[in-house]
Amino acid sequence: MNYHWDWGIFFKSTGVGSEIYLNWFVSGLGWTIAVALAGWAIALLLGSVLGVMRTLPGKLLPTIATTYVELFRNVPLLVQLFIWYFLVPDLLPTPLEMWFKQGISPAASAYLSVVVCLGLFTAARVCEQVRTGIQALPRGQNNAALAMGFSTAQTYRFVLLPQAFRIIIPPLTSEFLNIFKNSSVASLIGLMELLAQTKQTAEFSANIFEAFTLATLIYFVLNMSLMGFMAWVEKRVRIPGMMGGSK
Amino acid sequence: MALDFSQIIPALPGLADGMLLTLKLLVMAVGGGVVLGTLLALARLSDNLLLSRLAKWYVNYFRSIPLLLVISWFYLVVPMVLSWITGDLTPVGAFTSCLVAFVMFEAAYFSEIVRAGIQSISRGQINAAYALGMTYSQAMRLVILPQAFRKMMPLLLQQSIILFQDTSLVYAVGLMDFLNTARSKGDVVGLPHEFLLFAGAVYFVISFGASQWVKRLQKRFAV
Repeated sequence: MNYHWDWGIFFKSTGVGSEIYLNWFVSGLGWTIAVALAGWAIALLLGSVLGVMRTLPGKLLPTIATTYVELFRNVPLLVQLFIWYFLVPDLLPTPLEMWFKQGISPAASAYLSVVVCLGLFTAARVCEQVRTGIQALPRGQNNAALAMGFSTAQTYRFVLLPQAFRIIIPPLTSEFLNIFKNSSVASLIGLMELLAQTKQTAEFSANIFEAFTLATLIYFVLNMSLMGFMAWVEKRVRIPGMMGGSK
Repeated sequence: MALDFSQIIPALPGLADGMLLTLKLLVMAVGGGVVLGTLLALARLSDNLLLSRLAKWYVNYFRSIPLLLVISWFYLVVPMVLSWITGDLTPVGAFTSCLVAFVMFEAAYFSEIVRAGIQSISRGQINAAYALGMTYSQAMRLVILPQAFRKMMPLLLQQSIILFQDTSLVYAVGLMDFLNTARSKGDVVGLPHEFLLFAGAVYFVISFGASQWVKRLQKRFAV
């Protein structure tokens, strides 16, 4: 009933040092981006390797990749995060465990956990996209490369992957956006990213609507800019003569 | 580190209560989400420009923000808004806030599935329904939606499996769902790792089993 609206709240002092609330949001956004980009690097690399593995001939490698995908897709992200943050450090050799728990700051250990967690979680999804992309290519591409004397590695490196990656840019874009949104789980292990800073602002200032509105706006703009960036990438790498690179 | 899973057996009744809450939330959220999502899809496809724009904005809005943000926000805001509306100051629980958050968030995702489902039905169907003298609501209710839902059942179920996993995010507001129950029980007996692994295994078995079942269903439903 007695809600006190104040849109100027972001320029007011937080009462902590000389910071204003806007500083919190900026630093939160910085962490969100840092988590998402590092996680994406892992996801893209590992996901591509796994995706290739799923399309290779033979039994062992495809089975390993399939098992990985099923495992990481069927356990909730939050459970995976808790496993990386609470459980895995206890399994490490003692010096490494000490380093993780005491050698580095709490923010750094939370950051490491969430980056590894999101990277491996998203890799399972990237793997499926890469596999779909490779399988969408005409069989003739693979056969022609082999007929020309390419080894399997060369076939993937020079013929299949360059085409597959172009085809899957749209679904990869949505995974790329997802990793930014999913990075918000880091707030649950105490990393002060965007959502955590928003909650803290809501608690400190009691201006819940304003704080969450700004956070929503930031996520929205972030999404739009990333989408624009990926559309630009898609256009840049499009192969002339192919059906627009997407469909 | 030696793992000791023996303490899980005495904790099973409590864990079952947690799972019950998870499933209750899931069923209510899927039900509400599909209903709201269908309305959004119909609005999106309607000739009314304003309705269609509003639905599009709704979907874009909820798809560009994290679910966890919606949960945290609604946890603080829903009780306030409800008390403004009803003038009643008795607080609503975390469960209601979470349910509202899930229904509104998932409706955006369900609506895209329903929209694709409706668009996959041939135009001749609705024209034939009109030719028989049906009203718009009759045509939708009796002709288009039953066919559309049959087509999109596998996708709706797949989305529900994702939602099942996402319900664990209510941890953020302290609701005692399956994951949160497992965490607190594990802390009480001093075996957090065992309980966490057990929770992960249960989520895995249910999600994996369900998605295999959906795959089989998809083959059966394939036209």
